[in-house]
Amino acid sequence: MKFPAVINIGGEQRAGHMLVAPYYIFFAMFLAYPLIFSFVLVFHRWSIVGPLEWVGLSNIFELGGDPLFWKSIGNTLIFLIIHVPLQVGFALVLAAILNSKIPAQGVFRAAFFLPVVVSGVAVTILWKQMFSTNLGILNQVLYEFGIDPVPWVTDPSWAMPSIAMMATWKNIGLYVVLFLAGLQGIPKHLYDAADIDGASTVQKFFHITIPAINPVFMVVLILSTLGGFSLFIEPYVITGGGPMNSTLSGVLYIYRQAFSFFRMGYAATIGFALAIIVMGVIIIQRRFVEREV
Amino acid sequence: MKSKIKKIFLISLLAMLALMFIYPFFWMIGGTLKPEIEVMNFSPFGSSWSLDSYRIMLGKIPLFRALFNSIIVSLVSTFSVLVLSSMTGYALARLRFRGRSLIFNVILFTMVLPFQLTLIPLYVLMVKFGWVDSYAALIIPYTMSAFAILLFRQFFMQIPNDLIDAARIDGLSELGILFRIFWPLSKPALITVGIIHFMGIWNEALWPMIVVRKLSMMTMPQMVALYAVGGQAESQVGTQLAAATLMSLPIIIIYLVLQRHFIASMATSGLKG
Repeated sequence: MKFPAVINIGGEQRAGHMLVAPYYIFFAMFLAYPLIFSFVLVFHRWSIVGPLEWVGLSNIFELGGDPLFWKSIGNTLIFLIIHVPLQVGFALVLAAILNSKIPAQGVFRAAFFLPVVVSGVAVTILWKQMFSTNLGILNQVLYEFGIDPVPWVTDPSWAMPSIAMMATWKNIGLYVVLFLAGLQGIPKHLYDAADIDGASTVQKFFHITIPAINPVFMVVLILSTLGGFSLFIEPYVITGGGPMNSTLSGVLYIYRQAFSFFRMGYAATIGFALAIIVMGVIIIQRRFVEREV
Repeated sequence: MKSKIKKIFLISLLAMLALMFIYPFFWMIGGTLKPEIEVMNFSPFGSSWSLDSYRIMLGKIPLFRALFNSIIVSLVSTFSVLVLSSMTGYALARLRFRGRSLIFNVILFTMVLPFQLTLIPLYVLMVKFGWVDSYAALIIPYTMSAFAILLFRQFFMQIPNDLIDAARIDGLSELGILFRIFWPLSKPALITVGIIHFMGIWNEALWPMIVVRKLSMMTMPQMVALYAVGGQAESQVGTQLAAATLMSLPIIIIYLVLQRHFIASMATSGLKG
């Protein structure tokens, strides 16, 4: 047994690098080069045809004073403030109900999960019609309850919250499944011990359930935050970024600067800024969650 | 008695909520079969039914061409991710070579790298390669995935060493060990990566919208999105819903068949990611 292991030392070195070779190429082409080039673009003006033109820090200064960029960040924050608590709260409640020995658990879980697998484009086209102020089925239902029609996506103050609601509907199944996996991993004897000590259901929820699923909570928080900063097709199809730029998202703004105005340098600068903000928000959330629980 | 009432209450609550998640899809499919003036009615059933919405929509956009493109792109990319990412995952899990832990850390780092950062330079790269409007642009940037590599690595670390030793004595190459011994033992990992990657690329809209302009090279999400937004649909809602339905059906059918695998895969994806 020792013999083959000895000849293998050189062989293993070579085999290792050979098996990883596709990744070396992939990394160099699609990660390292774009990262470096993105940094270079920040300091240039470029319409993709013709040479790069050095502009120093002017892209960064322009970004700092660009009301549309800050509007897109503000819109994203509005989205997150509505979407994240809705998502986490509802998903946790649904998972808790599903976890309590309900018959046909699998059927319910499958139903909540259905929108997760369907393309965002299809879901968005569907909801665009459901959101229609005069004809949409959402307002038809509200009418039955005597509620006035809501201008879901035609009013600037409603549009982003509406999209946040739709995104919650689309993604909640995934988070239900994640929470459910977390809940099912909690050892049952913890609850039995709490029962002996006379703990109430609410106490058990806050002192056993919540701390035990803290890692899942962090994952849900990160995924839904990333989702918020990746919004593109939803505003693109439903509102085109309007009304009055109230649903302009960061990625939609990059897309516009790059492919409507051909400003590659500025678009790359927005991408850079967005990436820094995303990572910043996630680091803050991480600190906050770790301190809280 | 009290717990029974509570249970009935919970089940009816869940049933109502479940309906809220399923009904819109019934309404969507119903809307494609109803006469155009009844599309917006709450009921999914119309006074008569026809396939006119599909006929009109298919007369305006080559959706079956997009279906073909989507199938090619999704299958080739998923196959490549399974092969290439499992190779890297195998090397990281089972072979000792210089730089291994550095590569592992680099892959971890790329997983948290926001895509907004590399979007524009990647597009520029496609232009420089002359890949705009080609399968190469749609597939090659999606031939490997950091998530897949990490998942394979973790899975492969649990496979007993004896199997590798025995295979090496039998003269099997490392690739032989990976594909003949590890793959058959790693069905759960292969299924998880396959489902997640296939679903992601089948539904991807942003990247195709950046690198494809030609109608004949579009995948379904892009073609359907442009149809709904670009005015071609002429505000005929039924035809837009028909396009959305045809795009969703393949993935819904796959989901209904492989439901358990889908849900289990997504659960691991979140917890590992």
